[in-house]
Amino acid sequence: MANNVTALADNKLQGKKMTGHKITWNTLVKQKQLIFMSVPMLIYILIFSYVPIWGWLMAFQNYKPAKGFFEQKWVGLQNFKYLFKDDNFIRDFRNTISMSFINLILSYVTAIVLALLLNEIKNIFFKRTVQTISYLPHFLSWVIVTGIVATCLSTEGGIVNIVLVKLGIINSPINWLSEGKYFWGIVGATNVWKELGWNTIIYLGAITAIDPALYEAAGLDGAGRFKKMWHVTLPGIKATFVVLLIMSIGHVMEAGFEIQYLLGKGPVLDWSETIDIYVIKYGINQFNYSLATAAGIFKSVIAIIMLFLANNVAKRLGEERLI
Amino acid sequence: MINQRKPVRIGDVVFNTFNFVFMATLMIVTLYPFLNTLAISFNNGVDTLRGGIYLWPREFSLQNYKAIFIGGNVFHAFLVSVERTVLSTLANLFLTTMLSFTLSRKEYVFRKPITIIFVLTMYFNAGIIPNYFLIKNLHLLNSFWVYVLPSMIAAFNMIVIRTFIIGIPESFVESARIDGAGDFRIFMQVIFPLCKPVLATIALFVAVGAWNTWFDTFLYCSSKQNLSTLQYELMKLLSSTQNFNSNPALAAGVGANSQTADTMVTSLSIRAAITIVAAVPIIVVYPFLQRYFVVGLNVGGVKE
Repeated sequence: MANNVTALADNKLQGKKMTGHKITWNTLVKQKQLIFMSVPMLIYILIFSYVPIWGWLMAFQNYKPAKGFFEQKWVGLQNFKYLFKDDNFIRDFRNTISMSFINLILSYVTAIVLALLLNEIKNIFFKRTVQTISYLPHFLSWVIVTGIVATCLSTEGGIVNIVLVKLGIINSPINWLSEGKYFWGIVGATNVWKELGWNTIIYLGAITAIDPALYEAAGLDGAGRFKKMWHVTLPGIKATFVVLLIMSIGHVMEAGFEIQYLLGKGPVLDWSETIDIYVIKYGINQFNYSLATAAGIFKSVIAIIMLFLANNVAKRLGEERLI
Repeated sequence: MINQRKPVRIGDVVFNTFNFVFMATLMIVTLYPFLNTLAISFNNGVDTLRGGIYLWPREFSLQNYKAIFIGGNVFHAFLVSVERTVLSTLANLFLTTMLSFTLSRKEYVFRKPITIIFVLTMYFNAGIIPNYFLIKNLHLLNSFWVYVLPSMIAAFNMIVIRTFIIGIPESFVESARIDGAGDFRIFMQVIFPLCKPVLATIALFVAVGAWNTWFDTFLYCSSKQNLSTLQYELMKLLSSTQNFNSNPALAAGVGANSQTADTMVTSLSIRAAITIVAAVPIIVVYPFLQRYFVVGLNVGGVKE
């Protein structure tokens, strides 16, 4: 009976829209198997992804775990005010944004260059081999990669120091992981090492979709290898590039977490700590849930604003959009 | 333009040579760290401290692996990792495919709203602390199920599978329906088996994700040693070795049972061995699934 009523209510709502399927009791009965196969998943996602948003209210309270949710003291925007006065938070915000932009730019430039170069390889076997090897690090966890980075950069027989000393670029081994000024660069380079091959996949797919006739026509017009790259290949992957760019701008507050958390020790903390680590530090280690939640909200809000901005810019430019 | 045209033979040779050298360097830079770690993991721990291990162990030794696998926490963590990976993958494959099937049916009345509710989850996340409270309120803290339950369906995978199902000719479904099959039977007996190629991709994504994560162990199960995972053990080892200098005393606590074997291992070599143990399953499975994931990724690129 309850179902019946809901169905009627839905029916009324749907009736206004000419496009939607009409929901009638009959269709619901007919589609009962589809409903049984999907509504539990709907409830599941509501619980695990939507219900926790309720917790955002904590940011406006002075949350004490001992008390019930409604007995908490409401403090308005006090937590946010504290955040913007906290030098550590400002510093972490700077680190997050900087590392994220470094990663963004490096990963786009290197992926496109590698895709263009891979595309020029005519020997299929060699090309496959390069691709297979270059995808591999993507599947390794950040813990493993961080361990590898630490080994490679170590002052006692780390390969990076050995090679640089042998080449005469530096005189004596540098302790890369204990000086803040190198940290962003290390994170950027590690990201490239891990994701470079993987990032090329989509571009290579887009390149194969380019009409070969365009290359022939360009060739007839006298375009050489580089002119073809510039005038045919690059415009051919522009749409893919824009969609990916918009997606990553939505992730501008994600500078990565694990490498900073695992390698950011003592002396480099000023350059390595990100907002995520700030959240962990205050929320999980010091039980200051309200402040940590406020920091988390700040991060989400910036991300959402950036996503909409990017989406709008893409719309203006007449490119494909995400939402 | 025409007069710029010239036979660029020399240019081609230079370019191709450059390209070859570049690719070769790329492969070396990608592979060397693994091979080096592999060599260290099979080398005598104390000897490694003298430096100079590159691609081949100097004093071959299985001590590091023994220290990990005999009676230690690491072996148990390995089993937990395997268990969570298998369960997560199975749950994800079945549930996500079933959901994707319903959302691929054009006649399904709730198709639009459910799709939107799922897709939105790709763009926002409640954050670490609210999620922690959710897990706490669901009484999943320090429970094995926290590894499986919160990540059973991912919107991105749903889109990939749904795109694949939409590509399956409608006649398969229609003929099954004429034979009297209901939606559930159509899914189980017709659609699910046809999805094998895309499921290989998704299985790879999910399994790799489940195998590689340590954050949920850290956040939700850190006080229970018997729920520790391999990556978490590796992470603890990494963050405890201050400045990554090798410290034999520390390794004794991490590696294993407190046998005399510990004098032979150092945290550097234990770390190398755990790295290899954590990486090997992926390196073994990877070549078999490789041909699928490129396809899957390109399908995922097709938007709504």
